[in-house]
Amino acid sequence: MIRQMVKLNWLRGLALLALALLGVAACSQNENVIRIGVFNSLTGGTATFGISSTNGIKMAAEEWNAKGGLLGKQIQLIVEDDQSKPEEAAMVVTKLVNQNRVAAILGEVASSRTLAGAPIAQKAGIPLITPASTNPKVTKVGSYIFRVCYTDSFQGAVCARFAVQKLGLKRLAILTDVKNDYSIGLADYFKRDAVLLGGEIVSEESYSEGDTDFRAQLTSIKGANPEVIFIPGYYTEAGLIAKQVAEQNMNVKLIGGDGWDSPRTVEIGGAAVEGAFFCNHYSAEDTSQMVRTFVANHVKKYGYVPDAMAPLSYDAAELLFDAIQRAGSIEGSKIRDAIAQTKDFPGVCGNITIDAERNARKAAVMLQINQGKLKVYDVIQP
Amino acid sequence: MSQFVQQLVNGLSLGAIYALIALGYTMVYGILRLINFAHGDVYMVGAFVGYYLGRLVSAGAASSSPSVVNFFLVLGGSMAACALLGWVLERSAYRPLRKAPRLNALITAIGISLLLENLGQLVFGADPKDFPTLVERTSLSVGIVTFSNIQLIVIVTAIVLMLGLQYIVHRTKMGTAMRAVSFSHDASGLMGINIHRVISFTFVLGSALAAAAGILVGLYNPKIDPLMGIMPGLKAFVAAVLGGIGNIPGAIVGGLIMGVAETLTVGYLSSTYRDAITFVILVAVLLFRPTGLFGTTARAKV
Repeated sequence: MIRQMVKLNWLRGLALLALALLGVAACSQNENVIRIGVFNSLTGGTATFGISSTNGIKMAAEEWNAKGGLLGKQIQLIVEDDQSKPEEAAMVVTKLVNQNRVAAILGEVASSRTLAGAPIAQKAGIPLITPASTNPKVTKVGSYIFRVCYTDSFQGAVCARFAVQKLGLKRLAILTDVKNDYSIGLADYFKRDAVLLGGEIVSEESYSEGDTDFRAQLTSIKGANPEVIFIPGYYTEAGLIAKQVAEQNMNVKLIGGDGWDSPRTVEIGGAAVEGAFFCNHYSAEDTSQMVRTFVANHVKKYGYVPDAMAPLSYDAAELLFDAIQRAGSIEGSKIRDAIAQTKDFPGVCGNITIDAERNARKAAVMLQINQGKLKVYDVIQP
Repeated sequence: MSQFVQQLVNGLSLGAIYALIALGYTMVYGILRLINFAHGDVYMVGAFVGYYLGRLVSAGAASSSPSVVNFFLVLGGSMAACALLGWVLERSAYRPLRKAPRLNALITAIGISLLLENLGQLVFGADPKDFPTLVERTSLSVGIVTFSNIQLIVIVTAIVLMLGLQYIVHRTKMGTAMRAVSFSHDASGLMGINIHRVISFTFVLGSALAAAAGILVGLYNPKIDPLMGIMPGLKAFVAAVLGGIGNIPGAIVGGLIMGVAETLTVGYLSSTYRDAITFVILVAVLLFRPTGLFGTTARAKV
């Protein structure tokens, strides 16, 4: 018994020593750089979100580094892949916080995954800026969590107003992804505003992320004879749903949220998404100087015209770097305060002022898919 | 009413795919008393072989050859590739365990399943892929029901394959040998039947049918990924149990019932119960009719 305890203590001592060494190694790990953590879905179901977003962040970091870096140091991005899974997001954020000891975190496009990672950053006192998570719950996690995009209460209202007032279509159906916080939130806000404006929700159906067969739901929806189907999901399912809508010979308009913003929507949906509308953060066709410069630089670097995730993430990174510069320190609380004080920061997707709820108030654009290209149909101010 | 009929059509197309997978489960069980859990993953490999073949065919032959020819090329190629995979799996993983306790083979099957899933993620990548459009979608309206040409292709192909299987099992020498082996290994061995060959053939046949299901699902819901075999595999297994495992017509009926039950659940209750209904059916079958719909009374072996 005693011998066992001695042995156990020995083991514990060794483990502690190893931990201490690791800690020292982590602290001394090259202090003339500023480490910024990035977590995104580089693989899995919504991989284009993560890849596009990470490319935007990399562009911002390279531009700052070329100009001499931040506080006299180079910016080092530590990019982690969460495989499009919330569990994995929580794990990689823990790693960024504990092992890489990053000064701040940029990430996740998807609200479900930001919601999984944010509590960990909040607890460690490390600021986190999400480029594109629109669910209102995200920034309510705590005082260290910010976003540079609009929220779903605005986006839902925009879509509802668009359907009921602009298109004048009042019989609405909703097809929600029940496994996705973003989708549930957006559907709720859409419903609330559509009913207020005099629309009628004739059918509400649901699916789960990863489903491939939506015919049963669409058959039920068809029975209710709607004029619009609102699909607040991600691009992977949106394209498939559109195809199956076409198969059922339904005469409806499809409307989606910013989750549709990926070149894959058109690739998967093909002719079936022609004429569909979705709400987005920016249009690559915008003629303002900032957008034109950004799109040109992006095309030069990556060879394709970016979707909205790239400029949003570019803005998030720019805003963060600017805040660190203003804070003059990489201490979590000082960076946090500097981000919170951001006013009229010029971003590619519009000027950003961080409000008391740590959200950004920005305009939305309604895009229409026209011969495989995204055309601006309407711009809606907050 | 028209909505109900429409849901039935949707359910039958889905069920036809489940039935094709269930046939592989039930044949292997009938002969080896082994639940081949890797079967759902063979179906996944079938879909991926179809994906690469389909891209090759539509790129190489351009639009010169009609889509029907392309479809049969892809279907045949993928079935052949999976038949080979089935043979390799049986030869390398299951045959060495023929004399081992049945549990060992079952655990090996689970191991092969995990191997195929993870190898799939490594080789094909974890991102979902869009299955190439082999046949242009059109929709047809017959009376009150609307269905697509793809649904028609799924159901017709499944029926043809099932009739083919029925022919092989009941009208050929190999089929007779299969039925004999399923009755008794020892006795059929003594009658001069090469048991190993018969078992290999069963795996080849089952895997080819799974590949066909993979191609049909690729046409029907054109999104495939390396983990796509898990759920349909489980559902097809339940379908086989529902029909009476080891019984070929049972697997077909079981598959169709599963497809219709799932579609009606999603259509009239909620999509969240889509997968739950499968297991409710499994529990109900095990409680009230453990031998399944077409199963003969269980022989108690002591």
